[in-house]
Amino acid sequence: MLKKLKEKFVEINSDLRLEERSNEIYGVTAIFETPDSVIEAAKKIADSGYEQWDVNTPFPIHGMDDAMKLKPTKLGYATFIFGSIGTLSALAMIAYMSGFDYKNIIGGKPFFSLPPSIPITFELTILLAALFTIIFTLIIFNKLPKINHPLMDTEYMRRVSSEAFGIFISAEDKKFNPDEVIGLLKSLGSSNVSLVYKFTIDEEKIQMPIFKPAFLGILAGTAILTAAVTYIVLNYVIYTTPFDWMTNQQKLNPQKMSPLFADGFGMRMPVEGTVARGFKPYEFLGKPDSSIKIVSNPMPYAKEVFELGKKKYETYCSPCHGNYGKGDSRLNGQFPNPPTLHSDKVRNWKDANIYHVIVNGQNIMPSYAKQINENERWAIVHYIRALQRSQNALDSYMPDDSNKK
Amino acid sequence: MKKLPGKFGTIAALLLVAGVVLIALGFIADRQRAFFNYIIMYSFIVSIAVGSLGIVALEYMTDAQWSTPFRRVSEFLSFGIPFLLLLAIPIVFGIHDLYHWAHKEAVEADPILQGKAPYLNEGFFIIRLFAMIVLWLIFYVFIIRNSEKQDKTKEYNLLTRNVKLSIGFAPVLIISMTVTAIDLIMSLEPHWFSTIFGVYYFAGSAVAALSAMVFMSVSLKENGYLAAQLTDKQFHSMSTLLFGMNVFWAYIAFSQFLLIWYADIPEETFWLHHRMHGSWGFISLALLFIHFVIPFLILLPGRMKENRFTLKIMAVWLLFAHFLDLYWLVMPNLNKESAFFSWNELGSFLFIIGFFMLVYKFKADRTNLTPIGDPKIETAVGLHLHPDISID
Repeated sequence: MLKKLKEKFVEINSDLRLEERSNEIYGVTAIFETPDSVIEAAKKIADSGYEQWDVNTPFPIHGMDDAMKLKPTKLGYATFIFGSIGTLSALAMIAYMSGFDYKNIIGGKPFFSLPPSIPITFELTILLAALFTIIFTLIIFNKLPKINHPLMDTEYMRRVSSEAFGIFISAEDKKFNPDEVIGLLKSLGSSNVSLVYKFTIDEEKIQMPIFKPAFLGILAGTAILTAAVTYIVLNYVIYTTPFDWMTNQQKLNPQKMSPLFADGFGMRMPVEGTVARGFKPYEFLGKPDSSIKIVSNPMPYAKEVFELGKKKYETYCSPCHGNYGKGDSRLNGQFPNPPTLHSDKVRNWKDANIYHVIVNGQNIMPSYAKQINENERWAIVHYIRALQRSQNALDSYMPDDSNKK
Repeated sequence: MKKLPGKFGTIAALLLVAGVVLIALGFIADRQRAFFNYIIMYSFIVSIAVGSLGIVALEYMTDAQWSTPFRRVSEFLSFGIPFLLLLAIPIVFGIHDLYHWAHKEAVEADPILQGKAPYLNEGFFIIRLFAMIVLWLIFYVFIIRNSEKQDKTKEYNLLTRNVKLSIGFAPVLIISMTVTAIDLIMSLEPHWFSTIFGVYYFAGSAVAALSAMVFMSVSLKENGYLAAQLTDKQFHSMSTLLFGMNVFWAYIAFSQFLLIWYADIPEETFWLHHRMHGSWGFISLALLFIHFVIPFLILLPGRMKENRFTLKIMAVWLLFAHFLDLYWLVMPNLNKESAFFSWNELGSFLFIIGFFMLVYKFKADRTNLTPIGDPKIETAVGLHLHPDISID
């Protein structure tokens, strides 16, 4: 069974072995046994004026470039241009994405700046340089993955790929003459000179392999398979045991249900009587105004205290009572109206009464105890007093050197 | 064995004396500044001397054959190592002028310095300073002695012994370079630290040592000392290695910069701040272009890598760039506001050139420039099929 499978596999892969060869000569191949001999031979062939020829060796041989009189390649220029395209595209891409399109504040850094762009730019330079070089040279110029080169599946190529060294002279060469070439190669010390014939199928008529349906099909198939596997794994597999052991842990995350408590809530209220840090329980909470103990304002008459009071007043009190305490905020006109703080009632109150209202709330006003800490409450009281004084100023409040009306 | 011309020694001696005179005058004029210059000079000499020994070790470790014909150039340059014992002595006297952590009142007032005190204290500093030199000296003596002995005896196991020594030297090299960089340069600003600092100094030293080797090899070839053994292919390889190490330096320099910039933590960024304000900012930009951008663009094309004139210019250029790099690391600690360069700095510059020229000449007059006893030399010379070349 396994043997049949293997035979079938070999058959599919080697249908080219059965491909017919025509009578047209493609070229002459010669095998050499040592690197030295192949280099000497290459030198002589280069000197003889042949141009369409090549050397095939299993590993690179030092000095072969010079022996073959190969001109320095211009490939580097192309790669440099591709790399530069990579650099510029990366910078343009980042400048557009981070500088215009989606301005995300990351760590307080400018939207587009050079230092963090460098790693991506560097990477894209290398990537495009390598990628385009391969696409252009291997795929477009060399027509890889070519599967029908006449030298393939020859005894020559088999040997030269592993333990011998070879020279191939093409029939396209201007100076080509089969007998001459065979004689020359034999005289140079080749151990095995043979002719290679072209395939019967005209090479020019063969479609560039990259567009062949089979190749494109396999490429598309691989892409689809990879995408499908990725999709299934990331959307389903990682949520099943045992891959979900990290996502579904026993620990309690915020807003998760918990089987430990009767009501199923994972999030619990603090224990009855818990006091927040920095806050003290107010002993008159919920009690009527008449029951409170009158204490004097413990906050000093200092500029910072008034500034604090002003800030907190404008944050918490002014939306209802107005910036000057006149009750003229935008809620004016609603029922019940936010009262003015300049009424006789409030002006005659002690500081502790105002404090009590801040903490306890009154009528429709809620308690602000949780939002404003003790010192801030007393500071607000100071500020309210200052507001009251400002709206009911007497002449005697003015400094001596000012104009009195 | 072709000897170096007498003129070479004379110029070297003159440069050395001029350097010493300027340095001495510098100490009289402005003691602290002279010590800072001395640190730059010492670090530069260590870069080249120990870096050259590293190049020798690299060849042994990788069993390279293409570099054997000119390995002796690096061996001669590493003869600077024994002199480090003398050159380190002035640093001992300069610890108080140089290092903030050496001032007792500063340490008592500062919890950070107290935390670093077990490492950054005078005694341990001096021990480390000389311990590193001793370590380098041990490897220098054994490796170089084996190499020179091989000229006469042509023993094969001297080669294997050197390979083993080189393999042992590699970790010692990187650790000792890290310690040297941290002790001498990084501790100039004891509140700052960078874990990649040792690598940064190592990369810069690699570039400097390779530049020195390239410059000497090209010059020697042009004057007929290393005639046949060096061909375009070897210059290409040398140049590629130099180019690669320079890109590596830039990579490490940028890594250090980017991490500090991105995290934006004040305890790290202040060091960069000092180097970005005023005239130091100009020097930082200059360093980027001189040390990386221009050499990158010039040495990238293959033609340039084989052009000997370009190679010589670039080698000297990169040596200067490494000096600028050390200057940029060390000097802002002395004057945070503005950069400065005058006759005080020139002294160390001249001393370095004179020093290495003399070191090289001393060795070259007594030892074969080509390691004729090394088994690899025959393959190396025969690499490009010039069977008729005789080794001088």
